[in-house]
Amino acid sequence: MTAPLPGYLLEVAGLRTAFHTRAGAVRAVDGVDVIVRRGECLGVVGESGSGKSVTFASVMGLIRPPGQIEAGTVRFDGQDLRTLSPRQMRAIRGRDIAMTMQDALTALNPALTVGEQISEVLEAHDEGLPRRGPARRRAITDRAVEMLRLVGIPSPTERLRQYPHEFSGGMRQRMMIAIALSSRPKLLIADEPTTALDVTIQAQVLELIADIRAKLGMSVVLITHDLAVVAEHCDRVMVMYAGEVVEEGPTQAVIGDPRHPYTKGLLASIPRPALRGEKIHPITGQVPELINLPEQCRFHSRCPEAGLGCLARIHMQSSGPGRKARCIRLHDGGEAHG
Amino acid sequence: MSDAAVTRPTPSQSLLLRNLAVFAENRLAAGSAILVLIFVALALFAPLIAPQDPNATDLFRRLQPPAWQAGGDWAHVLGCDALGRDILSRIIYGSRVSMLVGATVVFIATSIGILAGLAAGYLGGWVDTIISRTVDILLGFPYLIFAIGLMAMMGAGLGNIILALVYKEWVIPCRVVRAETLATREQEYVEAARALGASNRHIMLREILPNILSPVIVVSTIRMANVIILEASLSFLGLGVQPPTASWGAMVADGRAFIMQAWWVSTFPGLAILLLVLALNVASQGLRDAFDPRFHE
Amino acid sequence: MAEPLLSVTGLTKVYRGTPSIVGRLMGRPTLEVKAVSDVSLSVERGEILGLIGESGCGKSTLGRTILRLHEPTRGGIRFDGIDVSSLPPHEMKAMRRRMQIIFQDPYASLNPRRTVADIVGLPLRLHGLARGKAETRDMVAAIIEKVGLKTAHLDRYPHQFSGGQRQRIGIARALVSRPEFIVCDEPVSALDVSIQAQIIELLSDLKRDMGLTYLFISHDISVIGYLSDRVAVMYLGEVVEIGPVQAILERPRHPYTQTLMSAVPKVEAQGGRHRVRLMGDLPSPLDPPSGCKFHTRCPLATDLCRSQSPTSQTLGIGHHASCHRLGEDLNLQEEVTA
Repeated sequence: MTAPLPGYLLEVAGLRTAFHTRAGAVRAVDGVDVIVRRGECLGVVGESGSGKSVTFASVMGLIRPPGQIEAGTVRFDGQDLRTLSPRQMRAIRGRDIAMTMQDALTALNPALTVGEQISEVLEAHDEGLPRRGPARRRAITDRAVEMLRLVGIPSPTERLRQYPHEFSGGMRQRMMIAIALSSRPKLLIADEPTTALDVTIQAQVLELIADIRAKLGMSVVLITHDLAVVAEHCDRVMVMYAGEVVEEGPTQAVIGDPRHPYTKGLLASIPRPALRGEKIHPITGQVPELINLPEQCRFHSRCPEAGLGCLARIHMQSSGPGRKARCIRLHDGGEAHG
Repeated sequence: MSDAAVTRPTPSQSLLLRNLAVFAENRLAAGSAILVLIFVALALFAPLIAPQDPNATDLFRRLQPPAWQAGGDWAHVLGCDALGRDILSRIIYGSRVSMLVGATVVFIATSIGILAGLAAGYLGGWVDTIISRTVDILLGFPYLIFAIGLMAMMGAGLGNIILALVYKEWVIPCRVVRAETLATREQEYVEAARALGASNRHIMLREILPNILSPVIVVSTIRMANVIILEASLSFLGLGVQPPTASWGAMVADGRAFIMQAWWVSTFPGLAILLLVLALNVASQGLRDAFDPRFHE
Repeated sequence: MAEPLLSVTGLTKVYRGTPSIVGRLMGRPTLEVKAVSDVSLSVERGEILGLIGESGCGKSTLGRTILRLHEPTRGGIRFDGIDVSSLPPHEMKAMRRRMQIIFQDPYASLNPRRTVADIVGLPLRLHGLARGKAETRDMVAAIIEKVGLKTAHLDRYPHQFSGGQRQRIGIARALVSRPEFIVCDEPVSALDVSIQAQIIELLSDLKRDMGLTYLFISHDISVIGYLSDRVAVMYLGEVVEIGPVQAILERPRHPYTQTLMSAVPKVEAQGGRHRVRLMGDLPSPLDPPSGCKFHTRCPLATDLCRSQSPTSQTLGIGHHASCHRLGEDLNLQEEVTA
């Protein structure tokens, strides 16, 4: 395993992405900062509408009208991605940053064999290949077989000639990871890689991502709604709610001792066999609509600890070593509500 | 790879209102719909609007040119035909035949098509086999030749035109309804209704039908344009309504003999057909876009 | 001992695919999928039987076959002393008032063209349970408030509600006819974590208040473990293990149950946990393995397992499992990772 290199691989600051609809501007991502260190695995947790997927679609430059990135900087490996031309951005996407989607069946092209799809990525991004001729084609096939073997697909040479629909759900997710990894990216963004999968297959895929991260020394962003997945696989965690980051820090610290009421509520919402017979205490109410939101804590309408002070703009503040939370009650209400 | 999915806020109006709002924003389609409504008004209020009696002959005005040409006058704006009848008035009265045939045929055909399509799609089995085979057989005949054959057997006349066209027209909504029903049948709310103890009739008419109505309405509008053309073709061939009743198709046929010296006799009713059919087609495309949520932004 | 509310014996559901005309002429056999294979179980009045398994294991089909939404191929279903499997249609319709279902997808299970009042009032109209429109509306309003919605919501359409609210509407529809038995078919799987907890609480409150009995189908062991009194585990159409919830969670005996338990990520666990690795994917139900259906993925499989299917053995009070190697009392977690 390679030791994490010093410095940040990805540094997003003040990102704002909005979708302009009939009803008004939906502020899906509203002032989000993200840091991914070299070699680390960052878990991004949130419910639907929290902005977790849109944040990373923005990083990848995948936002299309009516969506628009309105502010913020995205620094990746020393470059400001937002100043790049679409052409330069395409070169980075897929080569240096790769992304896998939740629904592998729709994200893979049904008309092309798996081999063709991997070769496409290699053709576009791999400079180490022979210039032309049969040598180039052989090299590409070899690399494709190597990638399938890496993600644990049996008899890879034969599998290259098959189409996505000939694979099971878990295999397709592996396939997408293989395609994403074939350019040896520095950063893999995995968007809900296991949500559509059964638990036994989920365990296989998550272990696969961990193994490959160790082998290739890349950074991983794992977007998920499942805190348990984060607890087992991520170094740091970032909790998002209604377009903002509400808490972030080392996984163990955040999950073992959550400081933001939303994180606490989320953990308390997980039904656990150990709590049989006791009541679980779900967060009441629903996520607010992201249109015309007033300048106030976005969680306050559902928060058991809310007070008048919450009706102002709340900033992230330190809540312990290496961790932050967006709550004004960090330093007072803690014991009372323990 | 596909882009990240984007969640939209839930709008607070009913689905129909939202669809109509989208439709109204499409200027071309809305304009076409207004044009169709103008034709409907012409047909309804023909006696009030028509400047002349459509059947009054005046041999002194035989093939009189339109008002803006030498020899024309403003009492007969679009000129007169070979019997000296006012073309504008005959076009206005002729819209009654086109509208009546178009609307009646489409209404009856759609009603039959919906019932047959629902039964075939939901009940399946031998019901589906019988209906689907009948549809296949009818589709095998060329439409116009089929209608001409029927008209030849039954004789000309308004009622027979409608019958001859309905005979095959129901097949089109039937196929649409059957396909939509097959897809909707698998929806969980249909299964939910079954779990509650609902009858097949309830499920077909109350659970499935309201959800498949939009594509059916769109198809009906497109088909209405087609039926109007078919009626005009039959009338053109002399198999439609009988003279002296004005009908666009027959008017075009009447003017054929004089096309070199009196272009207006055929051209204006031809334009009327073109305008109405075009308006119906554009309006139906607008409807389709409005009813299909994929076009909403 | 009193008769259980529901008992199912040897229930089998086979789907037959019709081959194409060419296939029939060439004498190809019809395709058969045994979605549910010889399942026997019972549910006592007032209890929650959890039914767990991965996608494609037949748990949903079992639930629907019990309600005769799908006609059983073989086997008996007794509900409150009545043989439901052979009831003629009009008597079955009357039974439906007493046996209901809550669906997984709150978007697909509500007719988008009908108002909440229509949707929830339908069972009352179908079974003639209310006299006149006013009484129907009163009864609908009462149940709507019971599931945590407002009477102001009655004239709205499903698309105006969030996923959690829609699921409440679906629950109201299932409960308005005062049934005794509910099949809950993954009722919280499509919901966000915080909303999931709200619905779980609601379902357990309603069960207590209305004296309900649930067959609770889920792929989520945490939810099943929290809610159920007893648990049945399904694999490829068969119940492989059934028993009291503590026994299944703390001392699962079937190798598949053991794998399933170890695959679930847990918030408490912080990495380094021993996990039973399950190789490969679920075999195709079109061509199920011979002998024990789990043998293709089981780390303990022997020749006996490959040739002969195991019979159910009693392991404790109400605890049964079907496995050839039960007698050796193996613990996979220690066995494999040691």
